Amino acid sequence: MKLYCLSGHPTLPCNVLKFKSTTIMLDCGLDMTSTLNFLPLPLVQSPRLSNLPGWSLKDGSAFLDKELKECSGHVFVDSVPEFCLPETELIDLSTVDVILISNYHCMMALPYITEHTGFTGTVYATEPTVQIGRLLMEELVNFIERVPKAQSASLWKNKDIQRLLPSPLKDAVEVSTWRRCYSMQEVNSALSKIQLVGYSQKIELFGAVQVTPLSSGYALGSSNWIIQSHYEKVSYVSGSSLLTTHPQPMDQASLKNSDVLLLTGLTQIPTANPDGMVGEFCSNLALTVRNGGNVLVPCYPSGVIYDLLECLYQYIDSAGLSNIPFYFISPVANSSLEFSQIFAEWLCHNKQSKVYLPEPPFPHAELIQTNKLKHYPSIHGDFSNDFKQPCVVFTGHPSLRFGDVVHFMELWGKSSLNTVIFTEPDFSYLEALAPYQPLAMKCIYCPIDTRLNFIQVSKLLKEVQPLHVVCPEQYTQPPPTQSHRMDLMVDCQPPAMSYRRAEVLALPFKRRYEKIEIMPELADSLVPMEIKPGISLATVSAVLHTKDNKHILQPPPRPVQPTSGKKRKQRATDDIPDCKVLKPLLSGSIPVEQFVQTLEKHGFSDIKVEDTAKGHIVLLQEAETLIQIEEDSTHIICDNDEMLRVRLRDLVLKFLQKF
Amino acid sequence: MDPESSRLLPALCAVLADPRLPEPDDTCLEKLLDWFRSLAAAGPSLRLLQEHPCLVELLRRSAEGPEPSRPVFAFSLRLAGVLSAQESCFHLLQAKLLPLLFGEQGAPGREAWMAPTVRSAWIQGLHSLAQHPGALGFLADLGAVDRLLTLQGDPSLFVVTAAGQLLVHVLGLALHNCGPPCGPPLDPQWPLLASSLLAQLEEALQPASTPQLLQALGVLTNAFTSCPAPWAPALWGRLRPAMTCLLEGQPLQAPHALGDLLLAVARSPEVVVDLGPWEMLALVLGRLEPSQGGQLALGVLQLPECPQALRAQAFGVLLQPLTCVLSTSTDAPGLQELPPSAVGGSASLDLLLASRSACVGLLCCALARLALLPPLPWRPSPWPQAFLLGAVVAVLRSCNGHVPISAAGGRLCAALVGCERVQRAALDLLGALAQDAGPPELVLEVCGVLLEHVDSPDSSPTVLKKAFQASLTWLPHADKKPHPCGLQVPAQLFLPELLQVLRKRLCSPSWEVRDSGLEFLTQAASLWAGQADFRQMLQASEVPPLARQLLRDPESYVRASAVIAVGQLSSGGLWAHPGDQQGSPLEGLLDMLDTDPDAFPRRAILQVLTAWLRDTHGPLAAHPEPLLARAFQAAGRDPDWEVRARGLELAREFLVQTLGRIGVPCPYVPTPLLDTPPADTQALHPACRTRLFEFVFPALFDYDRPVARAACELLLLLRAQTTTCATPPQAGDTPDPATVEAALHCWRTGEAGRPLGELVPQAVLAVLQALDLDDLRGTLADGSDHAEKSPLSLLQDMLAAAGAQGHNQVDCY
Repeated sequence: MKLYCLSGHPTLPCNVLKFKSTTIMLDCGLDMTSTLNFLPLPLVQSPRLSNLPGWSLKDGSAFLDKELKECSGHVFVDSVPEFCLPETELIDLSTVDVILISNYHCMMALPYITEHTGFTGTVYATEPTVQIGRLLMEELVNFIERVPKAQSASLWKNKDIQRLLPSPLKDAVEVSTWRRCYSMQEVNSALSKIQLVGYSQKIELFGAVQVTPLSSGYALGSSNWIIQSHYEKVSYVSGSSLLTTHPQPMDQASLKNSDVLLLTGLTQIPTANPDGMVGEFCSNLALTVRNGGNVLVPCYPSGVIYDLLECLYQYIDSAGLSNIPFYFISPVANSSLEFSQIFAEWLCHNKQSKVYLPEPPFPHAELIQTNKLKHYPSIHGDFSNDFKQPCVVFTGHPSLRFGDVVHFMELWGKSSLNTVIFTEPDFSYLEALAPYQPLAMKCIYCPIDTRLNFIQVSKLLKEVQPLHVVCPEQYTQPPPTQSHRMDLMVDCQPPAMSYRRAEVLALPFKRRYEKIEIMPELADSLVPMEIKPGISLATVSAVLHTKDNKHILQPPPRPVQPTSGKKRKQRATDDIPDCKVLKPLLSGSIPVEQFVQTLEKHGFSDIKVEDTAKGHIVLLQEAETLIQIEEDSTHIICDNDEMLRVRLRDLVLKFLQKF
Repeated sequence: MDPESSRLLPALCAVLADPRLPEPDDTCLEKLLDWFRSLAAAGPSLRLLQEHPCLVELLRRSAEGPEPSRPVFAFSLRLAGVLSAQESCFHLLQAKLLPLLFGEQGAPGREAWMAPTVRSAWIQGLHSLAQHPGALGFLADLGAVDRLLTLQGDPSLFVVTAAGQLLVHVLGLALHNCGPPCGPPLDPQWPLLASSLLAQLEEALQPASTPQLLQALGVLTNAFTSCPAPWAPALWGRLRPAMTCLLEGQPLQAPHALGDLLLAVARSPEVVVDLGPWEMLALVLGRLEPSQGGQLALGVLQLPECPQALRAQAFGVLLQPLTCVLSTSTDAPGLQELPPSAVGGSASLDLLLASRSACVGLLCCALARLALLPPLPWRPSPWPQAFLLGAVVAVLRSCNGHVPISAAGGRLCAALVGCERVQRAALDLLGALAQDAGPPELVLEVCGVLLEHVDSPDSSPTVLKKAFQASLTWLPHADKKPHPCGLQVPAQLFLPELLQVLRKRLCSPSWEVRDSGLEFLTQAASLWAGQADFRQMLQASEVPPLARQLLRDPESYVRASAVIAVGQLSSGGLWAHPGDQQGSPLEGLLDMLDTDPDAFPRRAILQVLTAWLRDTHGPLAAHPEPLLARAFQAAGRDPDWEVRARGLELAREFLVQTLGRIGVPCPYVPTPLLDTPPADTQALHPACRTRLFEFVFPALFDYDRPVARAACELLLLLRAQTTTCATPPQAGDTPDPATVEAALHCWRTGEAGRPLGELVPQAVLAVLQALDLDDLRGTLADGSDHAEKSPLSLLQDMLAAAGAQGHNQVDCY
């Protein structure tokens, strides 16, 4: 069993598992942190951004000044943002049989894989994953396509030139493989290859393995996967949560007894407790608004925003914020808010039960009804008419490189009354803010990551007890900035195996058994003999039939009676296994003392018994014969006296069982 | 005893003595015994027995008759003890009954002895009885000491405890009775009973006999606290050899019990200093693991007089876990101040870091014990303030995940990170340490770590509350000039930063956090309202308007805290911010009193109004009457009795101010008021204008007794004032008695009519005279269940229960 690791990002994994002649891709996350190296795409012409000075090398050569711009001491690529794809060279991706998707954040690279690698297999995902994943992709494509940029920078990617650039551009990895965003057409084509699955549904892959999605508790429709054959079980844990938020709770019990547990998607901010962060979020939001400032929340259109809106629903009245408008701006805002209300079966129990009342499971429906929350596809159109300040705006993209958020950063950045509150943990907020410096508005970092932390992982592993744990290398050591925090790493016995991007891992896993079915008529013909209480044996002569990784023992064809012709007889002997009468199989052991007594009864005398390392030697001195009795063999050694040998053999056989 | 009870008592005794009747209820028997106990305390028991021979008969039948029910038998034993506590009665019963009840052929010889309640009653009976010299002889004849020592191994914990207590009591009584010791001071002549008891206890002080050893140590520990003072040195002198022998045993047996005994000896001031148990305490401390020795070390440090060396040793034991914590840090302030025993070495560190629970447990205990030391006048000297501050800061930083880079530091951090228990204990200690300051750089670090905890989103509400409390104690120290070296939190910024964080905390979605923030604000405002710096900083922050906003909080507790905070800010004059356009919050509070659906905020409002009224410069100083009229009206119709009771407090305060000398002098009342001339009817005019009496008179008949009592007390004081000092009412001014009676009827029944119209002073005085307040006070003083609680009721109940049982049996038949 081998694991090909195509992504180095622990929460946006992309791994390929080769297991029992199947090739399974586990998630295809897209690392979007590469976009932080690019200038933001403003929705409205920004004089500040368009007038940034070009960057020139130390020697004064300015041939890169069209591609690279300088802003507050940082250098940015002035081009359409590009993304860092999973490795495509490590394994031939056209051989991938299936792709299993865990959650909507981990499928963003899907169009690159399904549309450009010769992939012909099937993708499995739950319905909310697909629907919300589609929204995320749609939003991404929309954000980028609606601000067309003629320029595409490539000079800086030249390895010799990249070396000369300042950090972080200098240290960016695999820039040559960075790609522009896919198109909506590619998205549609990729999504058409997805087959929908439900929790605990068993999916047979070529008869060899069975895959099952389990609820992971992180997001709507998010799953962990069990990949198992009859005798082996691999668990793939990706983006799970034990907190009581909106999704169905995590199914931990089904992960028990795994041979290998592949652990990815843990919290990116292990030191921040989500509850505390929500409190910080609300407090800072209220403080800003009370002072007459606006609050900007860069966020994805789905996920944590549902929980934030729910918290605010309970909080705004108590904080005296009932008159403050909340705006949610995204091309998919409407769909996201509505989708969340219809996936009742994927929600936690409390929310499910609301549906039967009937009430909308999420309270944002009421916020919309009472006009406290308004949503718009973009800042253009209705929004510009309704816009009132002070207000709270939820909008994308959290990288601050594209989407409506760019406009609000430009609009509100100059006033210290305003606040930007970062809740998504995927991007470093300082890097995200770099092209907006100098910035007067307050910045609050409240990353809310509900995925498992290391304490929860430790408890989970104790509970499910996998034989081996495999995880990204980042999880096997404390974070570099807090190297003393030994509690911020996966701690298990035996120690977890780690992987990094572009590594191939042979998993410590031996296949020992294979299941074979016996046809009923063959089973009927078997005559078991009990050799020990509870253990019966039978000899089997059969034909092993193997197809689609299923093995069946069929009765051997009856020997065809030679009717005529030499040719047919010849064929019969070719086809039919050798069916001549076999010697019976023996079992049991020979008690030496009784055997000697038997020999004496049968007229042998002068018998000597010697003990050897492996058993005994019975010496018939007179007959010059030696009987060697060992655990699994008995030899009678006598010189040219076949009669004697047969006599002795029969005496030996008396002590053994035959079948 | 009242005649009716006297009449019923024989029947009850007959019922109790009749084994055919079902067992009476345990609670009833307990109440009955309490009654007899009170009767015995009130008068001679002998008379009680003579007047009620049925009691002797009950005891006789229990002692001689066929096996009575166990509860009745146990009751008889305890009753006999209670009655025999008086010597005259003891002599009456001693001749026959007491040996039959307590002797070999009594309880111990019966089958009922198997029941722990009977054994326990036997001990309790003897304990009650052992009050005079005659009892000692009886106990000796009974062989009670031997039996009590045996009962120390009883399976019932109650029996064991009671037996131990009786042994201690017997020893104390024996020593007390024989007067001061005779003979050589260290080897006096011991009374026989005490001597035999001590001999047996000494015998139990053998290293091999663990259960007996523990019990003997327990008895001796208690004996030292209760034995007559002159005997303490002799007792210690007698025990010393056995104790020395015990301390030489390997391994040390029952170290904690041993420590307790030694501490009890050390607490006994009569034990001669050179005979003191100091060496032994040092020995025990030295032989205990650091994790075990904390309690003993604390006990030693709490002793006012103790050799310096022992104190240093004990202090070292308490400090050791913190030394380990600081040893993981690169910067360890104040280590040179420590006693040598505090430096543990790597073995102690390993022990500390052995497991998370061990580490947390040990640190919590150490921190909690150290927090008890700063207030002690005899606390260890020199006091390692710098070390302690450094260690507590290091512990708190570890809990927040910040530690110096070292392997042990990493392990410590992994054990402590996010541990609320340790945070709470450390913050308590930090608060206790605030009575001294410490090096300026450390004070700044303390301020920094406190800010960190107040600000951290991961601080639980309890930790936050403790961090706020500790901040309050440290704020005065932060008022120092900043240290020249670059420090994280310049001291003069502590308060502004704290106010910044408080601002955020007052907006928290968690109500506990908002509540703690408001409490902190109230305390800070009450402590420093007079300080110009504080006023300026508070007014510059947005905290006061935020606090006012929280008057509309959805959580009632928070609204109540906001009311108190707003009240405090108002009395401190802290609203005077130029930008604050809202003016005084008084109107808002009175609106809340009318409209708030929860009782807590309404109670708080009346509390604030009372405080404001006491404060002559407070918001109520000018023209209080219309506002008070609203308050009394609202309080009068409030459904919550506590609100009404607090309304009466406000009424009383107002009367104090208007009438001057009324009632007990109140510490808050300015002295000139106490010298005001006697009240006349004119003085009642302000109270009448506020309609105070329309609130107080109906409150007299309130269904909730505390309200009625408070109203009654208030009116009694008023009556005393007015009847002695007021001018006699003029004929024609006063309402006629029928109208007064009608008014009283209205108030009593809660009807809305006002036969007296608007109450004028004359009408008030007429009502006061018409009311029999003394009788009312008597009625109100009785609990509503006083009839049910009376002995007569108890006797009737018990008899009825027995009778009812009988009837039922007949019915069934």
